[in-house]
Amino acid sequence: MASKSSVKELILDPVFNNNPIALQILGICSALAVTTKLSTSLTMSIAVLAVTACSSAAVALIRDRIPSSIRIIVQMTIIASFVILVDQILKAFAFQLSKELSVFVGLIITNCIVMGRAEGFAMKNTASDSFWDGVGNGLGYSLILMVVGFFRELFGSGTLFGITVLPKKEIIDGVSQGWYEPNGLLLLSPSAFFIIGIFIWVLRTWKPDQVEEA
Amino acid sequence: MTDLIELFLRSAFVDNLALAYFLGMCTFLAVSKNVKTAMGLGVAVIVVQAITVPINQLILNLVLKEGAYFLKADLEFLSLICFIGVIAAMVQILEMFLDKFFPALYNTLGIFLPLITVNCAILGGTLFMQQREYSFPESCVFGVGSGFGWALAIVALAGIREKLKYSDIPHGLRGLGITFIIVGLMALGFQAFLGI
Repeated sequence: MASKSSVKELILDPVFNNNPIALQILGICSALAVTTKLSTSLTMSIAVLAVTACSSAAVALIRDRIPSSIRIIVQMTIIASFVILVDQILKAFAFQLSKELSVFVGLIITNCIVMGRAEGFAMKNTASDSFWDGVGNGLGYSLILMVVGFFRELFGSGTLFGITVLPKKEIIDGVSQGWYEPNGLLLLSPSAFFIIGIFIWVLRTWKPDQVEEA
Repeated sequence: MTDLIELFLRSAFVDNLALAYFLGMCTFLAVSKNVKTAMGLGVAVIVVQAITVPINQLILNLVLKEGAYFLKADLEFLSLICFIGVIAAMVQILEMFLDKFFPALYNTLGIFLPLITVNCAILGGTLFMQQREYSFPESCVFGVGSGFGWALAIVALAGIREKLKYSDIPHGLRGLGITFIIVGLMALGFQAFLGI
C-alpha cells in the first residue's frame, strides 16, 4: 500500500476507519489519565503526535540498517530520545502543564501506538509515508483524547480550557449565582472508561463492520 | 514499619496502577479473556515490578542525580532512556533465568514475559518512584504493592469477562465497549478504598 496510498488516505484512515484507540486498543494507558482537562489533553495529543510522526520517520530512515534481532531496542532508543526531547521542551516552556501531566509524558515511550507504528508501518515503508502515517495515528489518538477531555471538563467542572461555560451554582455574598451543579464523578478516573466505552459504542453503531464477535 | 505497610496498601488498592492511573491498559484489556492467562501475566508483572523499581531507584540515586555517588554531573534528563534500558535488560535476564531454573513457570508465562517491556505499568511504577522520591526500602515495597494491585485487577476483570459470555449485550457494545464500562465500574468500586 506504501507507494500507491496518498497522504490524505494515510492521515484520514487511522482517524475514523482504523482508529488506534477504538479499534486496535493501543495506547489507552496514557489516554485516560490526562483527560480531566482539555488543556492537558491537547498538550498530550500534540506530544504524542510529534513523537509518533518523528520516530516513525526516523525508524523508516534507518530501517535497512537495523539488524532484525535488536530492532526493538533500537526503536525503543529512538522513541525514548524523542520523548526526552518533548519532555525537556515542555519543562522549559510550559512548566505548569508538564507538572500536571506528571509521569505521563515519560510514558509516551511505552505507548503502544508509537511502538506499533514503528514496528508495523515504518519498518516497511519510506520515511515520508511513515511520517504521515504517524501524523494520522497521532490525530486518531488526539480525536479520542479531545472528545473525552471535552466531556470531562465541560460536565465535571463546567469549563472549557479553563473558561467558564456553564456557570457553577454557588452562593457569593448571600446571592446565589449560576445554575450548574458540577458532576464530580466525571473528574474521577472511572468516568473516562465510561466515556470511551460509549464512544466505541457510537462508532461501532455508525460503522457496524468494526464489531468484534466476543 | 507501619509506614511501609501503609504504603503497600496504598499502592495496591488506593493508587491501583490499572484502575486509578490507567497504566498497562493495553495488555490489561487484551489479555483478560480468561482467568488462567491473566493470573500468569499478573505474577510476571509482580516479579518484574518488584525487581525493576528498586534497581531503577538505585541507578537514579547513585548515578544519575546531581551530586550522586558515582558521577558528579546532573544526568537526570537521561533517566527515561536508562529506565527503559534497565527494564528491557531485566526482562531479558529474568527470561533466561526462568528458562534455566524454573522451566515450568517459564512455560506458563510464555509470551507475556517479553511483552512486559512495553507494559506502561512497569515504566509507570518507576516514574512514580522518581516523582515521589521514594527511599530504597520504600521503593521495594512500592514495587511489590503496585504489581500486586495490578495483578489483582486483571484477575478480577478476567473473572468477570468469563461470565460475560453468557449475557446478552447490545450489538455495538459487544467486545471492547462493554469491557470499558466494566473496568469503569471496577474502578468505581476501588474508589471505596480511599478511606483506608
